[in-house]
Amino acid sequence: MEHGRENAMNEQIDQLLQRILPTVQKPARYVGGEYNQTVKNLREVDTRVAFCFPDTYEIGMSNLGIRILYGIVNQMEGVWCERVFTPWGDMEDAMRTAGLPLYALESHDPVVDFDMIAFSVGYEMSYTNILTMLDLAGIPLHAAERSGLQHVVFAGGACTYNPEPLADFVDFFSLGEGEESTVEIVNCYREAKRKGLSKQDFLWEVGKIPGVYVPSHYEHRYKPDGTLEAIVPLPGAPKTVTKRIVQNLDAAWYPTEPIVPMTEIVHDRMNLEVMRGCIRGCRFCQAGYTYRPVRPRTPETLYEQAVHALEFSGDSEITLSSLSTSDYKYLEPLTDRLTEYCVARKINMSVPSLRADNFSRDLMLKLQKVRKSGLTFAAEAGTQRLRDAINKNVTEEDILTTCQIAFAGGWNNVKLYFMLGLPTETDEEVLGIAELVYKIYNTWKDYASNKKRGVRIHVAVAFFVPKPFTGFQWEAQTTPEEYLRRCKLLKEHLNNKSVEFNYHEAQLSELEAMLARGDRRLGAVIEAAWRRGAKLDGWMEYFDYDKWIAALQDCGVDRHFYTTRGFGLDEVLPWDTIDPGVRKSFLLRERERAYRSEITPDCRHGCAGCGANCLLEGGVCDG
Amino acid sequence: MGRLRFTKEGVAVWSSHLDLMRALMRCFRRAGIDLKHSQGFTPHPELSILMPLSVGVESQCELAEFTLAEGCPVPIKEVAARMAPVLPAGLRALESYEGGKKAGKLAWLRARLTLTYDGGVPADAEAALTALFARPSLVVEKFGKKGPTEMDIAPMLRDLSVLQTPENAGDGFLASLERTKEERASTLSVEAVVAAQNPTLNPLLLATAIETHLPTYKPDLVRCRRLEIYDADGAVFR
Ligand code: SF4
Ligand code: SF4
Repeated sequence: MEHGRENAMNEQIDQLLQRILPTVQKPARYVGGEYNQTVKNLREVDTRVAFCFPDTYEIGMSNLGIRILYGIVNQMEGVWCERVFTPWGDMEDAMRTAGLPLYALESHDPVVDFDMIAFSVGYEMSYTNILTMLDLAGIPLHAAERSGLQHVVFAGGACTYNPEPLADFVDFFSLGEGEESTVEIVNCYREAKRKGLSKQDFLWEVGKIPGVYVPSHYEHRYKPDGTLEAIVPLPGAPKTVTKRIVQNLDAAWYPTEPIVPMTEIVHDRMNLEVMRGCIRGCRFCQAGYTYRPVRPRTPETLYEQAVHALEFSGDSEITLSSLSTSDYKYLEPLTDRLTEYCVARKINMSVPSLRADNFSRDLMLKLQKVRKSGLTFAAEAGTQRLRDAINKNVTEEDILTTCQIAFAGGWNNVKLYFMLGLPTETDEEVLGIAELVYKIYNTWKDYASNKKRGVRIHVAVAFFVPKPFTGFQWEAQTTPEEYLRRCKLLKEHLNNKSVEFNYHEAQLSELEAMLARGDRRLGAVIEAAWRRGAKLDGWMEYFDYDKWIAALQDCGVDRHFYTTRGFGLDEVLPWDTIDPGVRKSFLLRERERAYRSEITPDCRHGCAGCGANCLLEGGVCDG
Repeated sequence: MGRLRFTKEGVAVWSSHLDLMRALMRCFRRAGIDLKHSQGFTPHPELSILMPLSVGVESQCELAEFTLAEGCPVPIKEVAARMAPVLPAGLRALESYEGGKKAGKLAWLRARLTLTYDGGVPADAEAALTALFARPSLVVEKFGKKGPTEMDIAPMLRDLSVLQTPENAGDGFLASLERTKEERASTLSVEAVVAAQNPTLNPLLLATAIETHLPTYKPDLVRCRRLEIYDADGAVFR
């Protein structure tokens, strides 16, 4: 099917492209044609899906979810799913000047010719890119303006656990893991098309699929103080919608024959997903809660998938990915076998998010055989008291012991990640970070095998963003001024030339917090910001805080309502319609324990009764 | 040491030199051909491309040089056939062979520019361009790493001819403009042999020369294609 694809490409668009491409940065990301992209014969296709990722090609092609769903939908006979990414600013300008509409990479056909428009949304600051893409495609932005069955817009991904800020633009949401539900959704659409259903009727049909949330089937009523009074489902709509999960991850389809990009992407290597979910319950971590329950793959399946994908793609790097790979049950047998395979073929294997425990230390030394990469610790907080409050189960002793072994083994590069603005955090705890950094520095002085090479300790600080479905979903965000004061305080105590200190932009995290816990009224703000030129907000080259502040003014919305106000414990939350498995009462309990600095054991050491086990057919979690 | 001769056409022209290197390394692995790796901290496969190609330029005469790993059972002559099925769109393996002339002997490159005039080719363009490139000196501004420099391209040019674009002047992605008669009437080709090493003349500078010295004949679109490479004696370089 690959042959003759060039003739099959849309000629008008190509004529425009050949004028534009020489004028833009990295044109390879706009042409498709990569090894093993899927090309189908249009005569055999009844439904075309434009799979849109609201960020650049380099980010989108690094996203495992995109690759899985692309493969799964393209396995459906009669359905062709193609990729679309957000053009960089220079390309967007060139497209608008030349009148070139948004097109899909495989066929180069305009997106406006497609039936279904799917978005995968993983980051709040990519919301305006959704509007850019719809607009470049020539598709009306608002769900209410799209009356026909063509151009139904649906979305999934991590951000859609609070879908409300996007409710104006998206017809329906697919919650949780899409391996099964996406196929059901596409088939439901084809059926509706065959029967000639109206869009309204289709939305009621698709809403019957478990995991599908149709925002227009719910009315949000507000109190005079601006908080939600009630969320009222229309007759026939379920009170809550439960996310979908894959029951048997080992049997699930995996992209072992991936598209191989012709230009460098962010994660330019084979991605082996060892498990889904995380056994830890860090109280700030949305992914930790929303991906529950943890489901490991067997090492046999993983070994086969790795070998197949490496041989198919020709990748010379593989990464064992998951939220917390060192918690993967069978890490030892898997890495034993894979290291042998990789070393023999000069393939570099990396295991991100290694913990500071014994096994990880051994593994670290083993991986050194292939390549020496830096040490990374997500300590998140500077003192044990605060780490207990956020349930980050890592001790100073673990960190220092690991550093000691690593420094003795020749490593001289450490990265530490922290958050500032955490609930209950005090100034002493901010300075606790500096103390920990000095202890690491002294460990290097005492144990380094080669002191002449010096040591680099990178300290990266992020501004805590309270997210829905976490133990901290009700918390007030610290003000940007206070966050910056704490950053400055820390910086003053980190004056050592071996230490490099970076902290995240306060403004970006403030808006991220606003959008993460936003309600439907933020749809207008997103649109106003976009109309004022906001785009690619996740990129420093484009992020423009002033445009957002002006947009908030345009709409008469107070951002502090969503950030520093905090949500009342008995308040109706905008995301109350969504059920990720983890119960609200559990999150509340986690919040109380945080204020008592009490840890909760991880799922392997004792079930804390979060409720996510109910998503499993047997009802029992297997950490 | 072996050589692989291949094309870079179609969508592949938009990949940079570094992208192409990465893609070729993956293709060797996909084809099950082990390359020799350098020693050291981060071993690299021994693979290089003789003349890096600018983004957007087509070629039917690219040469890569590689060294097989010790014990690799694939004969060098079979490398091209093994690579063929695993190459991405736009790359075609033409042949592979052992040895070949020393890279330093590569001296000349034959290339073709296809100039598109949206309003049709100006009536006397053929004559005007022929006269331009016959000048004894032709200075153009070149943008290099150290900023703009002036360069006289006349001594680095040979066998230049200006012609109506023949049918099938290109393959793939960029060829669509040449499908119909009217479209052929809007394009003109400049074919020339240019210096390939010490110093190198990027054939795209011929278009810069037109823009600089005959601005009224500035084309609306310029496409470039490498056709063949030669040694100092004018023999085909392999
Ligand atoms: S270890 Fe903690 S921070 Fe990391 S994914 Fe798990 S819950 Fe989240
Ligand atoms: S039900 Fe228990 S074991 Fe399962 S995810 Fe929740 S806390 Fe963990």
